[in-house]
Amino acid sequence: MDIHEYQAKEILSNFGVAIPSGALAYSPEQAAYRARELGGDKWIVKAQVHAGGRGKAGGVKLCNTENEIYQACDDLFGRKLVTHQTGPEGKGIYRVYVEAAVPIDREIYLGFVLDRSSQRVMIVASSEGGMEIEDISADRPESIVRSIVEPAVGLQEFQAREIAFNLGLEPRLIQQMVRTLQGCYAAFSELDATMVEINPLVITGDDRVLALDAKMSFDDNALFRHPQISELRDKSQEDPRESRAADRGLSYVGLDGNIGCIVNGAGLAMATMDTIKLAGGEPANFLDIGGGASPERVAKAFRLVLSDDNVQAILVNIFAGINRCDWVAEGVVQALRELDLDLPVVVRLAGTNVEEGQKILAKSGLPIIRASTLMEAAERAVGAWKNDLTQGTKMRAVK
Amino acid sequence: MSILLDRDSRVIVQGITGRMARFHTKDMLNYGTNVVGGVVPGKGGETVEGVPVFDTVKQAVEATGADASLVFVPPPFAADSIMEAADAGIRYCVCITDGIPAQDMIRVKRYMYRYPKEKRMVLTGPNCAGTISPGKALLGIMPGHIYLPGHVGIIGRSGTLGYEAAAQLKERGIGVSTSVGIGGDPINGSSFKDILQRFEEDEDTHVIAMIGEIGGPQEAEAAEYIRDHITKPVIAYVAGLTAPKGRTMGHAGAIISAFGESASEKVEILSAAGVTVAENPAVIGETIARVMEAA
Repeated sequence: MDIHEYQAKEILSNFGVAIPSGALAYSPEQAAYRARELGGDKWIVKAQVHAGGRGKAGGVKLCNTENEIYQACDDLFGRKLVTHQTGPEGKGIYRVYVEAAVPIDREIYLGFVLDRSSQRVMIVASSEGGMEIEDISADRPESIVRSIVEPAVGLQEFQAREIAFNLGLEPRLIQQMVRTLQGCYAAFSELDATMVEINPLVITGDDRVLALDAKMSFDDNALFRHPQISELRDKSQEDPRESRAADRGLSYVGLDGNIGCIVNGAGLAMATMDTIKLAGGEPANFLDIGGGASPERVAKAFRLVLSDDNVQAILVNIFAGINRCDWVAEGVVQALRELDLDLPVVVRLAGTNVEEGQKILAKSGLPIIRASTLMEAAERAVGAWKNDLTQGTKMRAVK
Repeated sequence: MSILLDRDSRVIVQGITGRMARFHTKDMLNYGTNVVGGVVPGKGGETVEGVPVFDTVKQAVEATGADASLVFVPPPFAADSIMEAADAGIRYCVCITDGIPAQDMIRVKRYMYRYPKEKRMVLTGPNCAGTISPGKALLGIMPGHIYLPGHVGIIGRSGTLGYEAAAQLKERGIGVSTSVGIGGDPINGSSFKDILQRFEEDEDTHVIAMIGEIGGPQEAEAAEYIRDHITKPVIAYVAGLTAPKGRTMGHAGAIISAFGESASEKVEILSAAGVTVAENPAVIGETIARVMEAA
C-alpha cells in the first residue's frame, strides 16, 4: 500500500527525521491561508498523488506570493496528473502540500528497500540526489553506496556513519545524517514498510539535513498489525476495479486487451495471458481467483471482468488442486444465467473433480465453448473473438 | 531416490484442526504419506483423521519421531510456527500459508542461521503448493494423481502452473522424481539454486525443469549456478511475458522492479547459461520430452 508524501513525512518526522515546515490543503483558499501560517516569502506547492515524477509533470510549483499559490492550486485541483509512473490515465489531485522553501546546498538520494538477494533490508544512497535512482545507476553508478542491515540487531551507528562519510559529508553533518538514517530504518522495520525513499534529502545552506520529498510503501500482508497505517489508504489513487477486486479477495490487474481472463493461481494466470498473446489475442486483465473458490466467488469474478468495457470474450482457465472443478462450473453457469451475456465464453477445466465440472457445463445447455488444454482454450477464445468481429455482431448486452 | 521427501518421512501437520488442513491431511494419508501427528497449541490429546494432536512441536517430535512438517497456520502466526519446527529438530518444513509479512520471513531466515548448517531445517515456501515425490509421499495441497513417478525434477514458484507442467508430462507418459514448490513470496525459504543443487546430487533425477515468473533475482542467480555447477539438462519456462512493469501480479513477489526481473530478460539470461527455454506454457511438456530424448 502506498501513502502520500505528506503522510510519509509526518511518519518519518515522528521517528526523528527532520523535514521542512509544511501544511496540507484541500482547496486553493486553504493553501494560501496555510502559506501565511507557515510564514516566509517562498513556498513550494506540491500535488499529492501516489506517483513519482511529479516535478517534471508540472505537479510541483514554486510560488512567491499568496496569489501565485492560489493560481497554482486552481490549476492543480481536480486535474489528473500524468507522470511516467501513472500511465496515460493519470492520477487525480485532491490535496496539495504547501511547504516553506529552503535554501539547498546539496541533494542526496536515500532509499530503503527489501533486497531479495540478501533477503534483508538494504540501504541505497547516492550523492547524486534529485535524479531517479534508475538514472543514477545508469549514469553515475560509482556514486551509489549500499549497506545491508543485519535484522537481529538493526541498523548500527557505525554503518550509518560509513554511509554518511562515503557520501562525502563533512564531519559537522554526520550526526544529523546518522539520526536520519536510523529514523528511516526504525520507521521501516517497526511499521512493516517495503520501501522508504527520500529523494532528495538536502543539505541546506545553513547546515541542516532535511527530507525534501518522502515516499513510503507498506506490506499489505502486515497491515493487520498497523491499523493506523491502513487508515492512510486513499482509494482515489487506486484503479477502482482493482480496489473492488481486492475488497472481494480477488487479485486483479487491468490491461489493454479484450480477452478477459478468469484463472486460479498467479503463475497460471500469467501463463494464460502469455498463451492468449501467442494465439494472436491480447489479454484484458490478470485475475487470480485464488484457492477454495466458491460458485459465488466465480460469479463475482465474471462481474469484475465484465466491468471493463473492452472485454469481448472471456477465457476461464482452472487447474484445480485446492479448488474443485464442479464448484467452478456451477459458478460459471450461475454467472452466465444472471448476467445474460452475449459474448463468447471459453472454459478449460482440469484437476480435482473435472468430470463433474464438465457434466455441469454440458447439462446447463448454455453456449459455453469447452477446451481441454491451455493452448486449445486460448486459440478458441481468440478464434471466437475474431469470428464475432468479422460478423460484426454487437456482443455486449450485460448487467 | 527422491529429494527432501520419501516413503520414510514422518510428517506432522501444524494447524491440523483447521478446515483446509483436515481436508489435506486426509488427502496426504490417502496418497500414502506417513502422517504421524498434528500440532495445535491447546488441542493436545485430540485426534484428527486418526492422527494424534500435540500442544507443541517438541512433544510431537518426541512422541512420533517426526522429521517433516507442513505448516497450515494463519499468516499472523505462521512465522512463529516455522521457527518452532526449526527449534524442535524438524529436518524439512513446507509452509503453505499465503500472506506472511515479509519482515516476519526475514526474521525466520535470520533465526534459522542459529543452527549449524548440518542441523539447519530446510524450508520451502511460504505461499506454495508443497512438495511431492510421486508414488512415495505428498507434503502439500497438490492433486497427487496428476504426477507419475519418474525422472524429471520440477522446481516452481507457482502451484497451479506446476500442475499444468505435470499434467503435460503425464499426457506424454513422463514421470517426476520430486516436484518442489518454492512459492510466490519475495522472501522465501529456499531458492531455485538451493533446490537445483539437490537435484544435481539425486541419482533418480535425470533432467530438471524450472518454472519461474517475473520479479526478483532468483532465476538470474539460478542461471549463473546452472552454468557453473549443474551437469544435468535444465529446461525452464518463465511466466509473465505480457505482464506490465511495476505491477504486482497476484504473488507478492511477482513484480518487475529492476533490470533482469522481466520474463524476457530472464529468458535471455537462462538461455545464455545453456538452459533450454520453453517459449510458451503450452509446450513445457513437449520441450522436456525433446530434451530427454536427446540426453
